[in-house]
Amino acid sequence: MTGPALSWLRANLFNGWVNSAVTLALLYILAGLAIDIAGWAVADAVWSLPAGDSAACRAEGAGACWGFIAQTHRFLLFGTYPVAEQWRPALASALFVALYAVSAPRRFWRRELLVVWVVGLALIFGLMGGGVAGLTVVPASQWGGLPVTLILATIGIAGAFPLAVLLALGRQAKGLPAIRTLCVIYIELIRGVPLISLLFMASVMLPLFLPAGLTIDKLMRAQIAIVLFAAAYLAEVIRGGLQSLPKGQYEAADALGLGYWRKMGLVILPQALRLVIPPLVNTFIGLFKDTSLVLIIGIYDLLNAAKTTVVDPVWLGFGVEAYLTVAAIFFVFCFAMSRYSQRLEVDLNQGVRR
Amino acid sequence: MDVRQAASPAARPSILADIDWRAVFWQVLVVGLVVGGVWWLVANTLHNLEVRRIAAGFGFLEREAGFGIGEAPIPYAPTDTYARALFVGILNTLKVAAIGIVLATILGTLVGVARLSRNWLLARLAGAYVEVMRNVPLLVQLFFWYALLQGLPAPRRAEGWFGDTMFLTNRGVFLPAPVWQPAFAWALAAFAAGLVAALVWRARAKARQAATGERPALLRTTLGLLLIPPLAVLALAGTAVQVDVPALQGFNIRGGWAVTPEFTALLVGLTLYTAAFIGEIVRAGILAVSKGQWEAAEALGLDRGATLRLIVLPQALRVIIPPTTSQYLALTKNSSLAVAIGYPDLVSVANTTINQTGQAIEGVAIIMAAYLTVSLSISAVMNWYNRRIALVER
Repeated sequence: MTGPALSWLRANLFNGWVNSAVTLALLYILAGLAIDIAGWAVADAVWSLPAGDSAACRAEGAGACWGFIAQTHRFLLFGTYPVAEQWRPALASALFVALYAVSAPRRFWRRELLVVWVVGLALIFGLMGGGVAGLTVVPASQWGGLPVTLILATIGIAGAFPLAVLLALGRQAKGLPAIRTLCVIYIELIRGVPLISLLFMASVMLPLFLPAGLTIDKLMRAQIAIVLFAAAYLAEVIRGGLQSLPKGQYEAADALGLGYWRKMGLVILPQALRLVIPPLVNTFIGLFKDTSLVLIIGIYDLLNAAKTTVVDPVWLGFGVEAYLTVAAIFFVFCFAMSRYSQRLEVDLNQGVRR
Repeated sequence: MDVRQAASPAARPSILADIDWRAVFWQVLVVGLVVGGVWWLVANTLHNLEVRRIAAGFGFLEREAGFGIGEAPIPYAPTDTYARALFVGILNTLKVAAIGIVLATILGTLVGVARLSRNWLLARLAGAYVEVMRNVPLLVQLFFWYALLQGLPAPRRAEGWFGDTMFLTNRGVFLPAPVWQPAFAWALAAFAAGLVAALVWRARAKARQAATGERPALLRTTLGLLLIPPLAVLALAGTAVQVDVPALQGFNIRGGWAVTPEFTALLVGLTLYTAAFIGEIVRAGILAVSKGQWEAAEALGLDRGATLRLIVLPQALRVIIPPTTSQYLALTKNSSLAVAIGYPDLVSVANTTINQTGQAIEGVAIIMAAYLTVSLSISAVMNWYNRRIALVER
């Protein structure tokens, strides 16, 4: 072992007897766990199975049943979407990822990006729903898996954002006590109850609220609940930005003789929103994870597809493999976003930090 | 700044330019729209209820529930009313939330401190833990833990842990439990008396330190006052603590303290998930106290323990407490995911009630009212506490 490596070990793992003992104990536990997990997930794992036959996975001493994932991956990813048409949700998911990727670099943050998003979303919904360009119609009740998760999260944020800006401005409006009270009540009410209760409301109560004859698709109802939910949380993030702007900015806009909307639109919001971009990304990560709750009201998102798979008698009892796969997919998306948000925070603070 | 001065006082050009009148106009408009919207929804709902012949109101609460509940902290039978079933649900929610909050706080503090450890391996492990927990939805984690528990051996084939006193099975976790005896009540009373005495002693010690500068031994006395009276009562009563050890009888394990797989999965999931968030908060809180504070305390001659207790922690807590409160609230609200794995919490029971009675509006209203009560009361207490410890500037 070379000198620098040895001194690194000394400084970071074996400085003092307490740290040495902690390091050794951790290494012992880690090694034990690693051997067990590697045995289950790799060495004893069953990688391929004959179609619809799980006998090999049920044999004594068999480890993880990855063959099950290999066979059911289409259902896991796309749910009950017609098998022959599954290139469509696959392409739609890829489009979503492409849209996220295009929106990430700061030099692309310009007006044209909005056009790209509108075109991208139109393509995605065209692909999923069909009825255009010779694609067969697939009703939303048959959509499932990853694209549903991506739709719920993305439209959730996009729909909630304008509402959230209005709520945040309303809560900050000094001279308008009635509007302010309404905004506070809305925000605190939504933040005080779990998302599930809103989803229940959307699934069982919304039909009662609407006049006879007007029905809304179940997926759409869940989407409305998610938008209303996200708006309250986003509003609080935006309010943070509004509050952290120096008062001089408000006064300067007043001094220029700008009216309320021009003051907000041209001076305050552009600065306030820029300040809160990192927490906005974090809110998006939270919402992305929260979309999995729609399973409870029976919508086929990614998690529900996995849950349905392991109800099949053939695959009964392989829940651990199925949920690990779903967890891995969610992790890839959320981890990428959280790293991005951390980097963004450093980038945006460059002008401020000395 | 007052914009009105520009337009006043001599010439008032138009009522449209007056900022007060505009404020009134906008508020009347918005409030009118909201009231109108709500009116429209209520009218629709009343009409729909009439068409579907659903009787609105909470009368159904007095009817017989007719469904069983897997675990209930108070006696419950299917012949009891819906009201009692919902109450059992609330108790189950509070139970899992309370235990979860305590465990998540302990684990979260450990994780937060571990992330700042000078031991590279420990810091990295804690970091990896936080990343994995925060980037996977809680519901996926709950399903994972539940599936894992279901994969455990049946009671008949379960191996005992710690000399056959503890069993991990697919029917739940079985732990040894102390048997309740009347002497325990006296011991509890003795503990309460000790607690009061300790508080009195603490106040007097503080007063004495303020007056004379001497510091009476606080920790030793407090521990003695808290521990000796209950132990003495138990010794005097002459009852040895009996432990009910679970044991295999036939096809199931009987005796001891049985924890259902649903409760275990929910508690483990909530604790591990929330601990990751609390860990980050604790880390940020400790980092927020500047190094100069440690050095200044050292310069005053305080030892390390006193520095931590008197200088660093009070400042770190100021940063830690508000976000931790939101985590407690989040944990309580997240416990509603119980419905997905079959733990009979409030949402779960209310869901069954809605399905049986069709009283959707009342059911959802009960859920929302219960969570709002908990949320708003915790926020109220924490806001009060926050104001108390907040820095007073200028």
